[in-house]
Amino acid sequence: MKNTILNKISKLIILMVFSVLPACSGGGSHATSVVLLLDTSGTYTNELEKAQSIINYILGTLSSGDSFTVARIDSGSFSEKDIVAKMTFDDRPSAANSQKRTFQAAINKMVAEVKSSTYTDISGGMLQAIEFLEESGAGNRHVFVFSDMKEEIPEGHIRDFPINFAGVTVTALNVTKLRSDNVDPREYLDRLADWKSRVESNGGAWRVVNDLERIEGLLQND
Amino acid sequence: MSFSEIMSIWWPAQPGVSILIWSIVMILLMWMARTPAHRTIRSFSLVIRNAMRMAAHSVTAIERRLLERNREVLLTTGLQETERYIEREFQRVEDVVTRDLSGYPSLQRDLKEQIIKIDEDYRESAEVPPVPKNYIDAIEAVNKINSNGDSMVSNILKAIHATMKRNCEKETAEYRRSSKQRHKLLKVMMPYWRNLSKTLESVERKIVGLEERSKVIDAQIEKYEQIMAKTSLAERVLTSSSMTQFFTSGLVLVIALLGAYVNFQLIALPMSEMVGGASRLGPMRASDVAALVLVFFEIVLGLFLMEAFQITRLFPIISALNDKLRKNMALIAFIFLFIFAGVESSLAYMRDLLAADREALTQSLAGVAVVAPEFRWITTVGQMVMGFILPFALMLVAIPLESFVHSLRTVIGMVGVFLLQMLAFFIRQLGSLSSNVGYILLNVYDLIIFIPLKIEEMVGNKKSKSVVDIKDAVSSMTS
Repeated sequence: MKNTILNKISKLIILMVFSVLPACSGGGSHATSVVLLLDTSGTYTNELEKAQSIINYILGTLSSGDSFTVARIDSGSFSEKDIVAKMTFDDRPSAANSQKRTFQAAINKMVAEVKSSTYTDISGGMLQAIEFLEESGAGNRHVFVFSDMKEEIPEGHIRDFPINFAGVTVTALNVTKLRSDNVDPREYLDRLADWKSRVESNGGAWRVVNDLERIEGLLQND
Repeated sequence: MSFSEIMSIWWPAQPGVSILIWSIVMILLMWMARTPAHRTIRSFSLVIRNAMRMAAHSVTAIERRLLERNREVLLTTGLQETERYIEREFQRVEDVVTRDLSGYPSLQRDLKEQIIKIDEDYRESAEVPPVPKNYIDAIEAVNKINSNGDSMVSNILKAIHATMKRNCEKETAEYRRSSKQRHKLLKVMMPYWRNLSKTLESVERKIVGLEERSKVIDAQIEKYEQIMAKTSLAERVLTSSSMTQFFTSGLVLVIALLGAYVNFQLIALPMSEMVGGASRLGPMRASDVAALVLVFFEIVLGLFLMEAFQITRLFPIISALNDKLRKNMALIAFIFLFIFAGVESSLAYMRDLLAADREALTQSLAGVAVVAPEFRWITTVGQMVMGFILPFALMLVAIPLESFVHSLRTVIGMVGVFLLQMLAFFIRQLGSLSSNVGYILLNVYDLIIFIPLKIEEMVGNKKSKSVVDIKDAVSSMTS
């Protein structure tokens, strides 16, 4: 009788240990991965200083094990050349802090030296971002697009195919109104509605944040 | 066939009439089946009531057993506690006797020596030298003798006078010297008196202390006897004491838990520097788990230390170890605790460095000039001291924990008894309810078939009346 009880207890302990072991992970599923796309087309380069504060806020929010990538949106954005800074923060908080300083310096340098591009390949940037997020294996995936969301693709570039946004929250930041939007506001609304349907129909979540004073909870999923 | 179709089977065109016919048929059937239906309802309610009553009896029996077990646990715990208390009191008495009264023979010897010395001194001081009183009279007398001009007599008298005077002075000097000596002896006696007085006072204090201890032991022995006799007074006192212990130790444990939380917060952040801040163990970060393990480990070491000192007795196996082994165990536990306290202190220092670094980064990200706050060293030192002291403070958790565990048994037993009482009451009420429901159902049944019942009653009355008339006629004929 006593042996049976001991056997049962030992089995239970073994079961508990084996059920806990798979839970011991590198923290990938709990980590956050963020890709921020910066529109550098036309006059939107003047808005990049605002983007700096958003990047700094995100840097302050991310912690060890999280990934952050900042990339430019220009004439052909589906390219590694457009990456401004890319980092997965170290496990140790002190090392992560120094990485963040380096990241901030890289962004400051880019903002100071940026040149405006002729076209705005948002879809290419999105594709690149989704690729990064997939590679990171993070549980919380965010794409922030700092742009007016007006896509202008060079001739010959093919972008009219579905992009898999499953599990990704796409947030359009500081979507400025164009001169043509002022003439016909429906253009602005249609532009946003198009992106919304494109993201949501492919499994993603869509948000628009124009008031940059209220960016708390930017990394929270809806 | 649907229900509505069945209902309108008699007169499909007039469903109302059809329902009425059904009702009459049902009432007639119910009237015909009245007696077996009543019997069924009555027996059904009786079965439920009896089952409930039996269940209530069983629960009450369990409750009684639990009550008895609680009583046994309470008395046994009380007995053990009192035994422990008495044992400790005897230990203290033994300590006093061993420490203080074991030196009693030497103390007695000292006292005797002091008394002998005082006595000798006193005796010496009491030997008074004779006062040379007659010399003065003789000198005076010799001095007054008239020589009548005889020079020879005068010289002899002068010589006698001088000799006597010299002798007198010598005696007086001797007397003074002796008196001085006596005074000196008396002066020397004073510290001996004082010493004697002090020694006697200390002896008195010890004796009084022992007397007080013996009173405490008497009270505990009386309590012990009452517990042994299993009196209701002892039971009540133990229950009340157990409840008080439960609440006070619970409160102290809550405070200790808050202390443990503070300790955890102090080391959780720097732990991420050691085990990494990104890896996870289930829903928790590995660094948090490591910090928790460290805190729990300190508490466990504290428990072992307390057990080794025999302040608590949660683990009988530790109490049963021999003294040398226990002392070694206490030493090892203390060394580990000390090391952990040192580690925590250094982690607290690291936490401060990390916090400062993070603050600087936040300022830099916000575009503000990085400024190191003044007097930061105060918080650094404070955190380090806290990190060092908290493990030792948590060590004391063992004492309320022991009280809590012991009193918890009694409290759980009491709660169990209360719940069983409630359950028995509920089951009894359910049985009584089933009986009442059966009675109501019988009445409702009769209410539904009241028309045929009334007819039956009227017919029955007529029949009985005609039977009575026939009987009357027969009886009148026979008479």
